[in-house]
Formats: sequence, structure tokens, C-alpha cells
Amino acid sequence: MSASWHRRVFRWFSHPGIQAWTLLGPGMFWLIVFFLVPILIMLAYSFMPRGIYGGVDPGFTLEHYARFFDPLYLDVLQRTFLWSVACTVVCLLLGYPVAYLIARPGRWRHLLLLLVVLPFWTSFLVRTFAMIFLLRDTGLINDWLLRLGLTREPLTILYTPAAVMVGLVYGFLPFMILPVYASLEKLDSSLLEAAEVLGARPSARFWRVTLPLSMPGVIAGSLLVFIPALGSFLTPDLLGGGKQMMIGNLVQNQFSAARNWPFGSAASFIVMVLVLVAVLIYLRIRGREPAGALL
Amino acid sequence: MNRRAPRWLLAVSGVVYAFLHLPLLILMVFSFNDSKFSVEWQGFTFRWYHRLLERPEILHGLKLSLLVGLTATLIATLLGTLLALALGRHRFAGRRAIEGFLYLPIVTPEIVVGISLLILFVLLRLPLGFVTITIAHVAFCISFVVVVVLARLHGMDQHLEEAAMTLGADEMATFWRVTLPQLWPGIFAGALLAFTMSFDDFVITSFVSGSGSSTLPIVVYGMARKTVEPSINAISTIILLVTAVLIYVADRLVRREAGSREVRARDEAA
Repeated sequence: MSASWHRRVFRWFSHPGIQAWTLLGPGMFWLIVFFLVPILIMLAYSFMPRGIYGGVDPGFTLEHYARFFDPLYLDVLQRTFLWSVACTVVCLLLGYPVAYLIARPGRWRHLLLLLVVLPFWTSFLVRTFAMIFLLRDTGLINDWLLRLGLTREPLTILYTPAAVMVGLVYGFLPFMILPVYASLEKLDSSLLEAAEVLGARPSARFWRVTLPLSMPGVIAGSLLVFIPALGSFLTPDLLGGGKQMMIGNLVQNQFSAARNWPFGSAASFIVMVLVLVAVLIYLRIRGREPAGALL
Repeated sequence: MNRRAPRWLLAVSGVVYAFLHLPLLILMVFSFNDSKFSVEWQGFTFRWYHRLLERPEILHGLKLSLLVGLTATLIATLLGTLLALALGRHRFAGRRAIEGFLYLPIVTPEIVVGISLLILFVLLRLPLGFVTITIAHVAFCISFVVVVVLARLHGMDQHLEEAAMTLGADEMATFWRVTLPQLWPGIFAGALLAFTMSFDDFVITSFVSGSGSSTLPIVVYGMARKTVEPSINAISTIILLVTAVLIYVADRLVRREAGSREVRARDEAA
């Protein structure tokens, strides 16, 4: 009897659909309960009136979204968007040449790649400290400037928009280099040889062959920089001194000092929507290929 | 196509590599500087590392970080590997949609994940601490494990599994004796990355950890707000070295796989 019971379970399990769902089950459960559901609850919160003790009261309101038309918050949204775009452009300008260099055949390729991968996975907090250590009034850069006599008083670099921009680029540059490299590496070099045989000069070969063929990498990289930049919180907090808020700081603020959870949820949901729009645009442009390599 | 790289390309790349690595190198060098405030070199010392031992909150933070990191890595690696096996070896309805859904946690900003989990935990009246931190870490690590293991799975030669089946191995035997042994480097690399991310995470953890349960990054952040003492450099150096070793090993594992694939491609071409 037990043998037939065994066999029945086994047969049940060998049904391909069941088998797949048994494998999917635990992971999907975790991600639905601890990722998807919380975001949906957050969405619901953003439409509810603020509670007296920090939570929410039952009801429906659009007031939290309406608040974003206040110039103060429009300013935050605009700054977040512009800084993220600027960061993406700078990362592209700096990252493309590096990706191009790594993709050239040579024995240093693996080392050069590893040197980009390492900061990609290094603690963001520690990297931000490293920037503070360089940029603060008593930091290394000011120390050198003073000693070289280039300036008499320490320059205020930390807690300025420039510091935040440097920090954002520093933080997200590897996210640009890796996907651009991945697409350049796949590039069929016989196409370049063909262009050369047909008389294209080096600059024409780059602009008309290499660059168009590496566009998937450029788009993927831009997205991978733009998205975390939109949601960044540590960089403007530590390098901007909280003076120049990005939307991430606004969210954090509402959940700590201001204790306005529904408004914070609305801000957070706006970030989420911006991210999803960026992802959809990316999928439209790039077609249905899986995301780029992580390592 | 083996021309020398143009000089401007080398120059730009040199600047970028310096920009990426010099700040961290400088941070590490000055963890050995025998001066409390100055950035002038005053001589070599281990003083700041000894100082770390005098701060009990650092050891507590380290202990909690390791505990959370190991637990979250174990769970995330198991769940992520199962997900990758389903996606890589099975056809079923909604496969594309699920694959897309699995990429969502990767692109969702940490701040969104952090506050939405905080709302959930408060609603569930779960006390913030080890459990909530671990739940959160598993949630953001699973997808990365899936991506790494899935890449390995796609890179594997499916003919071997087919051959095993043809030679009479049942599904279980094929999985344990053919698929899994080949999959190990991918699983191990995924686990190392998961641990690194858990160990480094600050933003999400800051929302879901209670006042009595600070992981190492939370402790370090608090320290940095109060002091500019080089102990910050010292603890940062330790964190950097730990991650660098883990990532180097993960990288070797993934490369070795790529290397063997190249060899196979060459064999096939021959």
C-alpha cells in the first residue's frame, strides 16, 4: 500500500506543471508576501488620511498627491529628475571609453573588468565615506590645495550640489561600464574589417558601426544608472548634508522626523512609477532580451 | 585588429580607474595614520584597529551582521536556486511574466523596499529586529541568486542531462549526479553575492531594524555621524577587504565556467 502511495505522489510530482510550481512555490511565496504585498499596502496608504499617531486613518484622499504641486515639492521632484539625468549622461561619457578599452582584445581584459566589478559590489556606505574623507573641509583635497598654495582657505566642497553629483557618478559609474562592455564584447569584428576595406575612416567606423551596435548596452547602462540615481538617499544625505533633498530623502524624512506615513508612501510610489516607466521604455527599445550580466 | 589603444583612450580610462579606486585606497591608507584629525601622514599605527575592539557596539553589530548574513544567504540561495531550476529547466504557463517579476526587486529602489516592509512589519506587529532584518535581506537577495544561477544553467551543456536519461538514470538521479554537480559554482557564486549584499546593506536595514538591533553598517553610520576619528577608516577597511575577497572568489567561480564554455566551443569547432 505504501508503495502505491509513493508512486502516486511521485507520478503527481512528475507532472511537468506541478513540478515547476513546486520549485517556484517557496520563492514566489516569499517575494509576493515580502515584496509585492508591502508595495501594494504602501500604495493603499498613499490614498488614506494621516492618522493622529503616525499611521493612517480609514478613508480615501488624494491630498498627499496634490501636495506635490506645492512648489517646495515640485522642486524636489525636478531636482531628482535633473540630477539623475545629469548623472546618467556623465556616467555615459566617462564609462563608454572605459568599456571600449576593456573590450579590446588583450591580456589585461580580465583584470580591467575585475577592477570595475569590485566597486560595483563594494559597500555603498563605505564608498560614500571615502568621498567624505576626500571632500570635507579638513579633507585630503583641501589639504593639498592649501599646501600647494592654490587656495588660502579650505574650499567648501562637501554639502554642495557638486559633491552630490560627484558622489552619484562615483557610485553608479560601474553600472554603466559593465553593460556597455558586454555589448561591445559581442560586436562582430569582421563588420569593422568590412567597413575598413570599404574605405571607412576610423571615426566613421566608430560612429556608423561600433556605436549603433553597442546601443543595447548604452540603453541598459543608462537605465541601470538612472534608476538607482532616482531613488538615491545616502548620497544626498551624506554628501549634500540634507540641504538639497532628493525624493529619497523626502521619503525617509516622512517616515522618521515628519511621521507622515501616507505622504511618504505617496512620494515613494512616485519613485516606483518613474522606475517602472523607465523599465517599460527600456523594454520597448530593447525587445525581450534578458537583463545584462551582473558579474 | 590589434592596434595600440589611442593615447586619449588610455588617458580617460586611467582617470576613471583612479576615480573609482583612489578614494578607497586613500581611505584605507589613512586607517594606519597616527593622527587623530590631520590628513598629514604622522607615522604608522594599528591604534585605530585596537580602538574598534574597545567599542562593544562594533562587535555586536558584526555578530548580528554575520548572523543575518548567513541566515539570509542560506534561505535566499535555496529559494533562488529552486526558482532558477524552474525557469531554466521547465516550460509552464506564465514563465515570461514570472521572469519579469523576478527582475522587479533588482530595479526597485532600496528606499521603496525599505519603507514598504516597515509598513508591513508594523501592521503585522512584528517587533523590529533579527527576524525582520533577515526577512528583508532574503527578499532583496533572491533575485540576484536567480540571475546568477540561471546564467550558469543556461551555460551548461544540456546534452549531458539527456545522455544520463538515455542511459537509464531517472529524473532524480540525473538531477543529483549530473545537473547539481555542474550547477555548484553558480550556486556558490550566487550565495557569495547574496552574503555580500546582506553584509553591506544599509538603506533597507535602517528601516527594518529596531533600536536594539544594529547591524555593522548601521553602527558605522552612527559612528560617522558623531566623529571623524580614523577608526571609521579602520572599520571601513575591514569591510572592504571582506567584500573584496568574497567578490574575487565569486568572480573566479563565474569565470571558470565561462572558460570551460570557451574550451567546449573550441572543441566543437574543431
